[in-house]
Formats: sequence, structure tokens, C-alpha cells
Amino acid sequence: MSFLDLDHLQKSFGATKVVHDFDLHVEKGEFVSFLGPSGCGKTTVLRMVAGFETPSTGRILIDGQDVTGLSPNRRRIGMVFQAYALFPNMNVRDNVGFGLRIARLSRAERDARVSEMLALIKLEQLGDRYPYQLSGGQQQRVALARALAPRPNLLLLDEPLSALDAKVRVALRDDIRAIQRELGITAIFVTHDQEEALSISDRVVVMHQGRADQIGTPAEIYNRPATRFVAGFVGQLNMFDAVLREDAALEFAGQRFAPAARRVLSPDGTPTGPVTVALRPEALSLTPRREGDAAIEGRVINYDFLGSVVRVRVEVAGQPVSIDMFNSPDAELPRPGSTAPLYFSAEEMLVLPK
Amino acid sequence: MRRVWAWGAIFLGGLYFLLPLIGTVEFSLRMRRGEYSLDAYASVLADPAFRQTFGYSVVMAVLTIVLGVLIVVPTAYWVRLRLPRLRPVIEFITLLPLVIPAIVVVFGYIRLYNTSSLLPLTGTAAGTNLLLLCGYAMLALPYMYRAVDTGLSTLDVRSLTEAAQALGAGWVRIIGQLILPNVIGAVMSGAFLSFAIVIGEFTMAALLNRPAFGPYMQLLGANRAYEPAALAVIAFAVTWGCMGLMQLLSRLMGVRKTVT
Repeated sequence: MSFLDLDHLQKSFGATKVVHDFDLHVEKGEFVSFLGPSGCGKTTVLRMVAGFETPSTGRILIDGQDVTGLSPNRRRIGMVFQAYALFPNMNVRDNVGFGLRIARLSRAERDARVSEMLALIKLEQLGDRYPYQLSGGQQQRVALARALAPRPNLLLLDEPLSALDAKVRVALRDDIRAIQRELGITAIFVTHDQEEALSISDRVVVMHQGRADQIGTPAEIYNRPATRFVAGFVGQLNMFDAVLREDAALEFAGQRFAPAARRVLSPDGTPTGPVTVALRPEALSLTPRREGDAAIEGRVINYDFLGSVVRVRVEVAGQPVSIDMFNSPDAELPRPGSTAPLYFSAEEMLVLPK
Repeated sequence: MRRVWAWGAIFLGGLYFLLPLIGTVEFSLRMRRGEYSLDAYASVLADPAFRQTFGYSVVMAVLTIVLGVLIVVPTAYWVRLRLPRLRPVIEFITLLPLVIPAIVVVFGYIRLYNTSSLLPLTGTAAGTNLLLLCGYAMLALPYMYRAVDTGLSTLDVRSLTEAAQALGAGWVRIIGQLILPNVIGAVMSGAFLSFAIVIGEFTMAALLNRPAFGPYMQLLGANRAYEPAALAVIAFAVTWGCMGLMQLLSRLMGVRKTVT
């Protein structure tokens, strides 16, 4: 048995089913992200774990205890919200100490724990400030300290970085992960931002239309997507119209590729006939990287200089294609209008049903 | 040019409110023929019925505010949190006291709670006081509800509630330590209006035969010349003094800290 077990959870609002047969097992100290577009059910699952929504069917077990019918204030969870939800009538110290007062800790214990938490979020000097006197990033740090102060069983984070600007978001993301590791607390993090999910998590649950399409490590999710949705949602993909022949040969971009160890994403076995071939921008290269790399012809349209990466836009058989190459002072950038071969390994091809 | 109009409007508005007050003050000072004096004030303040009725009404006003807060804050909070679709219905219900005359309500009370009814509240002074308190709370409902509801609209009620629940808080603590302190400013504006309504209320107190300030003012006005004017000025000053005190108390209690 895992530390957190979500056992065949389903949730319907009226006639609309928003979560379908959701199963997840999280180990103690693990950091799991729910990733998906708006309306995919990720927040609903989190809210069921918190106790703010009741599952239509299924069970939630925390540390072996069935908490499905338990009210939120008896689940011993810590929660961080997108909107911070700091109590406006209390200063930082009182906000952080709120849960400790409820837990009936002595004043001395409470003060010590609050100081410890403020040190953890590096805001010791702001204890007397009120929420309106703090920046968004500081408010979210205080919200994190408040959630962690009563030493909850489980930390739930509902898009905690969405309201922050890019730089603060990255810094706080790293801090959240560092604090979670330091305390060894089990955490569930909801986000629609793939970069956030991939960078922070031990495992990612990609959700689509109320279902977990794939559960895996960030590398598995990115490199070996289980469904067409996951492949398209996580990272960028170049799509090519192609035909898969009976002999497993593949034809696209005016070329025929011999059968190879390519990855096929189809729930109904290997399809034949019209298919889509997908390649990540970084799987394509303007120079061969390995012996036996396949190649297709393209015409360079332009390129975007993104600092460490240069994104080259190329047209292949009338379709726009992106290629990511690392920037280097010695690298020669392609000339717009020129033709160039695009190299890739057959193993990196994803074959998706039409 | 705009400023001229603005100052003109302020001047006219001020005149509208101050002239009757100045007239009343001036009249209240003319009890002694040929000179201004405070004789009318001395007469009123020497009357034990004044102190008794005014004290009674102040106590009733404070109790009305407490009862109003106990009814309205949890109701408005719950409607916002769990029953947002019922808001128009609740608003309509809270506005009914503005539509139904107090005399209708008090006759209803007397009929329902007379000495031969199942709940004979009018049979004792305490019971009648309770009835009057409920009547006052009902009269103050439209002002209290609107003020509190507006205060709640400035809060993310759901997130605050859920954050508190996740930290282990129950409903009483959430309402008492989070919601109420954060809408205390709104509660106070509802309380000011409730206070003013109760201090001057005549119909319910008179028909329930309670020693309130409204019936006393009416009695004095019917029998004396200068004292009613002095009484009006005293009542005005004391009412504003009480409101100021409430404002001060609310600040000391820690009104919500926000940037405006």
C-alpha cells in the first residue's frame, strides 16, 4: 500500500462526469504533478483529496486510513492556493501560526515553529507585515509556510505559481521543490504549465477529459508519450502527413523509410494507411548526428534566436517545421530561403493514427 | 468652473442638513424670555424618564446590533459560499421590512405571541422586550444584510474558507476569526444605521408598551414647547457620540488591513 491511494475515483456534477475512474498511488515523500489543460479534472481530483469535493464513487486513503468521508479540517493536509488566500486581518506570523493555534500548541512551541517556518521561506524579517504589504511571491511563500507549519501528512498545491510573474515563478518553483525535499513531505501539485510539471516532479500525471492519460517520470512523459494527447500537450511536435504501408515502410515528405524501431501510439494496434508522423524540434538537426540518420529536404524560412537555443523554421512539403539547435558562437546559422536536409533518427519518430 | 459647481453643491447640501439643526438648536435655547439659556436642556436632563428611556433604547440598540450580526453574518456568508443562486431570494426577503409597515408587523407579533397563545411572550416584560428586540432586528435587516453582503463581496470567501478548513478550522472559528474581522467595517456601517433606527423607533415600542426613547420623545413633544427641541439636539449628539464610539471600537478591534 502506498502513502496516498486514489482508488477508482469518479466525480460527476449533475449529468456531467468530470473525473473518470482515476487511480493513483503516491509513495511517501514523492512529488507528483497533475498536468493538463483547463477543465481536464486535475483540480477536481485535488479538491477531492483535500475533502472540498466528495467523490461520486471510489476511495481516498492517506497513510492507510480511508479519508473519503472525512471533513477537510480533519484530514491533516496543507493546501496552497493560486490566490494565496492569506487571512487579511492577520499579519504574517499570525497567518503562519493559525493552524498551530487550532492544533493547541503552547505559545512557546507556536512561536518556535512560526520562526522555523519563516526561516524556511527566508522571510524572518517580515513577520509583522500584513498580506497587503507583501508582493505576490512573498504572499505565496507565507501561504506555503502556513500550510507546512502544522506538519501535515500531505501538501496540496493548486496552481500556486500561476498568478506570479515569470522570474518569481521559477525561483519559487525551485524553493517549493527544495523545501519539499528537505521536509520529505508528500506533495501533489496541480499545474497547466508543462515546464513547471516536468521540472519539479518525481512523477507527472497527464490528465485529459477527466482521465489520467499517462502517469510517469518527466522523462518518460516527454520521451515516451503514451497517447496522442500526451505527445501533443507535453512539449512541441512537428506533425507530418504520412502513409504506413503493410510492410511497415513509412512514406512522408516525398520519401520512403524502411521499417525501423519507431514508436507507434495507437490504442488499436499498428495502423496502416494514412497516419501522422511526429518529431520533436530537438529530434531534428541540420547536420547528421549519428550514422544512418534519415533525412528529408526542407527550405529555411527564418529563425528565432532564443538565447541558449535557436529555433529554425523550415518548410517541408508545404508544412511548417521547427528545429531547435543549441546556440554556439561558432555555429553557422542557416540562411533564410536556402534548402537544407533535416536529419533525424528513425527511433525518434512517433507514429500516430490519423 | 467645475470646482465652483462642486463647492456650490456641497454648500447647498450642507445648508439642507444644517439649517433645520441650527433652527432646532436656536429654538431650544429660547426657553427663558428675551435671552438664550440652557434651561430646556437642564429640564430634560433633570427628568429621570429621559435617562431611563434613552438608556433602555441604547441597550436595545446594542442588543439589536448583536442579534443582527449573529443572524446576518453567518447567513450572508453561507449564501455566498454554498448557495450563491439563492442570493436574489435572500436579498428580496431582507428587503421585506422596508415594504411591510412596522405597525403590521407589531400587530402580527401581538396576535401570535399574546397571553392566550402557545408562546405568550407579551405576558412578561422580559418576553415583550425579547419581542421588541426581534422586531428591531427585523427592521435593521435590510441595512445590515446589504452592508455585510457588500463587505463579503470584497473577500475571496471560498479560498479563505478552504484555507482555514485545510488548517483544521471549524465553522465557528472560520466565521468568528476570519469572516467577521474581515467584514467588521461593513458590519459597523450596518450597525450605525441599526443604532439610529432603534433610537428613534416609535411604532413598535409604543404598541408593545415598552419604555423606549421614541415614545418618550412623542410624549414630551405633545406636552412641552422648548424641551422637545433640546431633547432632539441631545439625542442627536448622543447618537452621533455612540456611533463615534463604535467606530473607535471597531478600529481598536482590528478592522481588516487593506490598501484602498
